[in-house]
This record gives sequence, structure tokens and C-alpha cells, in this order.
Amino acid sequence: MTPLLAVENLRTWFYTRGGVIRAVDGIDFSIPLGGTLGVVGESGCGKSVTALSVMQLIEAPGRIEDGTKILFDGEDLAKLPEGRMAKIRGNDISMIFQEPMTSLNPVFTVGDQIAEAVKLHQSVGSKDAMDRAVEMMELVGIPSPAQRVQDYPHQLSGGMRQRVMIAMALSCNPKLLIADEPTTALDVTVQAQILELMKELRERLGMAILLITHDLGVVAEMVDEVAVMYAGRIVERGPVADIFESPQHPYTEALLDSIPLLGMRYTQRLKAIRGVVPSPLEWPEACRFAPRCDYVFAKCLAEDPPLLRVPPQESACWLCQSGRRVPRTAEALV
Amino acid sequence: MIAADVLLKARGVKKYFPVRKGILKRTVGQLQAVDGVDLDVFRGETVGLVGESGCGKSTLGRTLLRLLEPTAGEIEFDGVDVLRLGGSDLKGMRRHMQIVFQDSVGSLDPRMKVSDLVGEGLRIHGIERKRRDEVVIEVLERVGLSAESAGRYPHQFSGGQRQRIGLARALVLRPKFIVADEPVSALDVSIQSQVLNLLVELKHDFNLTYLFVAHDLAVVGYISDRVAVMYLGKVVELATSEELFRRPLHPYTMALLSANPEPVPGRKRQRVVLQGDVPSPINPPSGCRFRTRCPIAQPICAEVEPLLEDHGASHGAACHFAGTPIEGTPALTG
Repeated sequence: MTPLLAVENLRTWFYTRGGVIRAVDGIDFSIPLGGTLGVVGESGCGKSVTALSVMQLIEAPGRIEDGTKILFDGEDLAKLPEGRMAKIRGNDISMIFQEPMTSLNPVFTVGDQIAEAVKLHQSVGSKDAMDRAVEMMELVGIPSPAQRVQDYPHQLSGGMRQRVMIAMALSCNPKLLIADEPTTALDVTVQAQILELMKELRERLGMAILLITHDLGVVAEMVDEVAVMYAGRIVERGPVADIFESPQHPYTEALLDSIPLLGMRYTQRLKAIRGVVPSPLEWPEACRFAPRCDYVFAKCLAEDPPLLRVPPQESACWLCQSGRRVPRTAEALV
Repeated sequence: MIAADVLLKARGVKKYFPVRKGILKRTVGQLQAVDGVDLDVFRGETVGLVGESGCGKSTLGRTLLRLLEPTAGEIEFDGVDVLRLGGSDLKGMRRHMQIVFQDSVGSLDPRMKVSDLVGEGLRIHGIERKRRDEVVIEVLERVGLSAESAGRYPHQFSGGQRQRIGLARALVLRPKFIVADEPVSALDVSIQSQVLNLLVELKHDFNLTYLFVAHDLAVVGYISDRVAVMYLGKVVELATSEELFRRPLHPYTMALLSANPEPVPGRKRQRVVLQGDVPSPINPPSGCRFRTRCPIAQPICAEVEPLLEDHGASHGAACHFAGTPIEGTPALTG
């Protein structure tokens, strides 16, 4: 079965005065129809640029390099003229962002904004579009939707605004929803509400989800497959349970070890990753994680590791050359 | 612990902010950010303040240092009534109580060199230049920054390093007490763990007492000996970190715990999804402030305000039905 979205050798570079920023530098991933993929990583790893690249929303000085394929439903989005892409965006693929306040227009009611999205993509009249807006707001759990459509964004709380964004994104029954840090700006009890909502809507509507987040907790709860990004590359990917139970890449392992779990105390020292993320202007030669890695050896500094197969995962680490490795984390997490 | 061990003692602390409207800026209401908090902080311990945005945790932290003038209440630090102090007495007291902020960009003057930023406190307290520079370098090295950092400006540092500068600034006067206001919230997880480890080391080496303010329950629980959970300006539960996680008594704490997304797939807890949003602190609900979102609220909760009562093992909870297990997950609603 062909996947819904297949990205091959995605490279998105930014040509700045300071040099070429290779924000995303050769990544492959795919999502099956109705599947979920979480892309995790820390600031600057290229996860948001990945999302924007799929949406073809990269602006100058950024550029998706030649040789990139973004196959969606049989079409290569990287080669599509903007007119055709505009039809796909919002219709077949929708996106929700971290900060709903900046994504909503403050001078229009939320009902108008949802209805606008509906009218833009479906040939319906204003009345029908507004009815659809009310219906969508009900779907995302906004109480008394018939009244709330007349509210302006500032009259809603952060959680309600994110619900409006979801209503808008889902109003045209997209096949793929891209969610870029959808709950990062929200309080934890509201985050729980939104995550529950997204899970429920996915079950009901069956759309595929590409979830971009820095929060490993959110990933653990929301997706089936995970891709871990570091310095513009995918360093490990595989089923969520395997990644968390037995991470194969030292970066994944270190990331998991550095988070305090509920109930952990300061008598147990946290594992920290030494140093800082390298500058995207000059990624380290060979393995990009090598300068911060606890397991580094000669080959890591000489040759760039490809994604090696260690079923059910893939890991870009030379340690995986001779099969799966046993990470330290294994016992600690039980 | 014996009474003499109390470093900071707060009784009935309130901080209201006037809400002004119209061209005459008449006061039309009071925003009750902190509304009657009793808290003892013992010498050498870390007390965590946890809660969602707007619960008053940061305001309480600042009021205890008298960076904000309390509306009512008593604050005693090291046996001295802080609210009676003025002029040079207050300045002398301030040496012993310092604060570290979340926003390391906003809290460090971009035009000052690190040596001046860190040495500012020493200058104010009349330490001469030569001695100042020595102490600054000593402290910088102690927080993991090189001596050369002293000559650089804040923008030349990463977020984690800027947070270390903030810590050096607080430490340079050898205080007894530090309020750390969301010190790791803006940092990536790998850097967050570096700073948390540093905080634990420094506390030990400098005999510090911390008030650690944050919204992340796992982080607060990790670093704190005791945790106070706040909701709408009140402390609703107070217990040792172990007690709180093992035996949460207040339904809000239970909800917070269950909403915390943990990076462990498959570890599914009974989810307590709270309904709606936090009410406005300008016009808080009568009786128990949590009752509008509480899954086990009864008529009495609207009439009688529950007080923070001891439930054994120095575990306080402000709930008429403290310890009642919450059954079932409420249906998905707004």
C-alpha cells in the first residue's frame, strides 16, 4: 500500500547573509493513511521547518533543494505550482500552530473565520458555511456553539482558541493534519483536554496526523510512530513503544534520561547532555551528535552514519552497525 | 523540625491588584492574585510552588521577597519582620534573599557586560572594584561559566548559559534564600537537566534554601522537599514531595498529576480531565474556588470555604472531601 505522505531526501536550506543554514538536511519519512507520526527534537533541530516544508510554506531566503520529493496522495508537492498547492492546503492537508492567538484574525468573529475556510475550499453559500462553522465548533467541544461563533478571538480562552483552530483545520475533512506544538502554550489541564479531543477526533474522522513537538510525554500519548530529529536529521525512528523502551540512538537515550519523571527526587542525579546544540551554519562533520555523545569513537568523527536497520527501529549510529544495542535506560525506566 | 529552623514565615499573605477602568481610572475591582497564604520555609529545604498560569505562584514568590508590597499579612525572614524594614535595613536584608527569573533575555540588561551584571549586587553593597572582579570570576566558575565570560555580553550566550548568569547574579552576595521563578521552563530538556543538577549542587555547597516556582509538576517534585499546590491565589495542598505523589488528597492535585503527560507509552493512568478553564481571579467562585471545575463538588463547596487542614504526616489539603477518589473519567466536554 502506498503511504499517504512520503517525504524523500527533504532538504530545506536558508540562504542568509551569515551563510547557508541547513535547517533540514536530508530526511525521509512517511505516514500511512490514517496513521500518526510524531517528530520530536529540541529547538533548532528542524522539526518545524519540516512541517512548513510539507505545507510548501517556506519563504525566501529559505528554499527546498532540488532532489526533494514530497509525495502526497500520488502528487509531488515539491513540484506543484502554487495555484494547485493552494487547493491542497487547507483542503487535503491542514495545519494547526502553537499560538492560536497569532493565527486567528482579531477583527473577525471566529465563526466568520471558520466559514471563510469552508467557503474557500468548498462550493457552498455563506449560510451553509456558517452552519458548517457551528457544526465544527460543536464537534470540537465548544459549549453553546451557535452563540460562540459570534465571539472574537480575544473573548475566548487559550484552550478555546486552540479548539477553534482545530475546528477550522478540520472543517474541510483533511486527509492529513499537521499539528506544530499544538499544546505547548497551554496549561497542563487544558493540554489534557486538547490531547483527548485530538485523539477522539482522529478516531472519529480517521485523518492522519503529523505531530511536531518537543515534549516526549505528548508523543508517548499521541502517536504510533516517532522520528527523533537532531541537527537537521532524523537520528532514530520506529514504533513509539520501542523507541521509549529501548532507544537505539545515544541522543534518544540521553533525551529520555534527562527528563525527571513524576516521583523522581533530586537525590537521583539527572543525566544531562553535555555542551549545546551545534550551530546550523556548520554542523559537525560526520556524526552530528558526536561532540556531545558519551559513546563516541573514532569512526563517529570520520564517517556520517546512515539510518541503520535495527528492527523495529532505524538508528543513525555506528554502534548499531552490528545490530541492536542495549541502552542504559532500559532498567532505569521500569 | 523545631520552630527555630524556620527561615521564612508567612501568615495570611494577600496581594491584590486594583482593576481600573474608564478615563478616570477608577478602581472597579480587585484582582486577588494571592489571597491569604500561610507558609513556613525551613532552613535548608526546597519548597516548590506549583500551579497553572494565573494561580498566583509567581506573585507569591515576589511578595515574599517584598518585591511586591503585600496587601495584607505578615512576613518574617530569619526572625525579622520584613514588612517593618525600610531604607538601609531593608537593603541589608535583601542581600540574603535573591531571585532568579525565567526570562533570561528580559532580566539581563543587554548593554551590560557579564562582569557588571553579576557584580551589580556587590557594587550596590559597596564592595570595591578589585575584590568585586575576583568574586565575580569565582562565582562564574562555580556556575559552570569560564572566566572569559566576564567580558562578554548576554546575547553571546545560549539560553542555558544565560540562566547560569542569572544564578551567578543571585549567588554573588552569598544569600541564604533564593526564589527561583520558573528557572528552567524556557530551556530545552537536555539543558534543563544541566541547570537542575546545578541548582541541586549549589544548594548543597552554599547552604541555600529555595522557593522553587514552576508549572511542571515532575520538575517541582524532583527538586523540592515539600510542595505547595496553588489554585486561584490559595494553597490547596501542601505536603512532602513523596507524600504528594503517593497520596494526593485534593482533587485539583489529582487532576494535575493525571494530566501530566509522561514519556512512558502504555503507562495509562485513569485520566481526570478537568472541564473548562480557570475562573477569573477578579471574581473568584464563592466557597471553594476549585468547585466550578471539581468532579466531586457538593452544595457545601459553594457555601463554606475549605481551609488547609492537616491530614496526618504534615499533609495539608483544603478540601471538604479530601482524599475522596475520583471515579471514572468525565466525558469529553468544553
